[in-house]
Amino acid sequence: MRPHRCELCHIDLKHVSVTRGGQEVLQDINMHIHCGQLTVLIGQNGAGKTTLVRALLGEIPYTGTIRHEDGHGRVLGHLRIGYVPQHLAFDRDMPVTVQDFLASAFTRRPVWTGVSKSTREKAIQALSQVNAEDLIDRPLGRCSGGELQRIQLALALTPEPDLLLLDEPVSGVDQNGLKVFLDTVRALRGGRHLAILLVSHDLQFVREYADHVVLLDRTVLVQGAPDPVFSSDAFAQIFTGTEVAAQ
Amino acid sequence: MNAVYAFLDAVLPLEALQFSFMKNAFLAILLLTPLLGLLGTMAVNQQMAFFSDALGHSALTGIGLGIILGIENDLVSMLIFGILWAVLISLIKHAGFSSADTVISVFSSTSVALGLLILSRGGGFAKYSSLLIGDILAVTPADILYLLIALVAGVGIWAVMYNGLLLTSINSSLARSRGVKTRLYEMAFSVLVAVAVMLAIRWVGVMLINALLILPAASARNIAKTSRAHAVFSVLFALVSGIAGLFSSFWWNTSAGAAIILYAAAIYVITLILRRFVRG
Repeated sequence: MRPHRCELCHIDLKHVSVTRGGQEVLQDINMHIHCGQLTVLIGQNGAGKTTLVRALLGEIPYTGTIRHEDGHGRVLGHLRIGYVPQHLAFDRDMPVTVQDFLASAFTRRPVWTGVSKSTREKAIQALSQVNAEDLIDRPLGRCSGGELQRIQLALALTPEPDLLLLDEPVSGVDQNGLKVFLDTVRALRGGRHLAILLVSHDLQFVREYADHVVLLDRTVLVQGAPDPVFSSDAFAQIFTGTEVAAQ
Repeated sequence: MNAVYAFLDAVLPLEALQFSFMKNAFLAILLLTPLLGLLGTMAVNQQMAFFSDALGHSALTGIGLGIILGIENDLVSMLIFGILWAVLISLIKHAGFSSADTVISVFSSTSVALGLLILSRGGGFAKYSSLLIGDILAVTPADILYLLIALVAGVGIWAVMYNGLLLTSINSSLARSRGVKTRLYEMAFSVLVAVAVMLAIRWVGVMLINALLILPAASARNIAKTSRAHAVFSVLFALVSGIAGLFSSFWWNTSAGAAIILYAAAIYVITLILRRFVRG
């Protein structure tokens, strides 16, 4: 873990726009993702949440700037992102254990030649951060959706990133699994030098877990603490009669 | 080479191995099958069986174009064309024009048709028919040398690329977020498979080469739980089918390629039955 802890470092998005096929799918996004906070991105399907994630990951071209800054606006080197994808739609029949999966990301030694003791320890260490060390020898295809999510979280946290980028799954994880996952994420945010952005596809937990909520519909409609965002006009317009009714 | 022959005579004093063409074939199998077995594990994981099948077929076009362009060594023309084909299929697949299956099917049938058209000019295809079923007994000491180089280079490249490819086959966005150049890796793997297939095709034949790449890895997958077991079993199954097939074809006086694949298929059936006991 890095020596200092700070509340002020942030990832600064300024005028971020993405154009695809002649259409502007993201328009002038301005927001901060603060270190030590859980920022949650909400919005309906097609609002551009996944596009924003891909822009942050550098997978698609965008205009505007995404910078990692300290409290005085000074740029802090390369932004290291730990990413937990939404789907892990891999071939469940693949002969790969959790250890193989983690080791393939941690070392250059080809996994088919075996996994060294130190790499195994590193993998166990990573899993213990998310209380999943007992999964180490399980075939990856035999893990439940919630377990896979925690395994990926363990991977995303090693080495410790500046930004933890979590794309919450739409399906495949039950409510209990999701709660365990979010509890783990919430526990992380306190003790580490880490900013967290969670893309949430259902609103049920957002109010309870988020520090900062960003409502997206191709651009940022409203952002702030959960309560003001949830009672805003924009929120009511976007979610009328759908998820709000379920709350 | 004589020292190698003497060593074989001492270690394996078999009647069948008295002939130098059998010694050469045996050595070729020892070098070729482990490479195909290893590469096969990822080809199966990445669901590339159809892709490698199409690559095998493109050997016909490679030889045909080689003849037209006046390239004397048909291995060179097969390699060049195979690599070109692999790169082209990968590029079109990623451009996302249509589903991978369709793209590969179009490539496969086009290359077979083009190859047959060129090679059958003037009714002369009969002299190329050995390409279809292969002839492992035609291996020369020079061939063994390049197979050795291919094995060493192939395993070396494979060792460097494996972890990145494994991550990519689980989730490519995740792999990219960890600095894996997924496109480059997938392309390099396609090219590696192309080279291995082209090197093997004269001995195993266009019709069966894909089976030798896919069957051992598919069998291994039935009973392996870890990446390591997958690789070990796949190489083992490829070697065993290769050696058993070679000797059987000698005794039965049949095509070696066919016998090798039948052994590989038998192993597949056995592992399929074992699967429920091993993997539950």
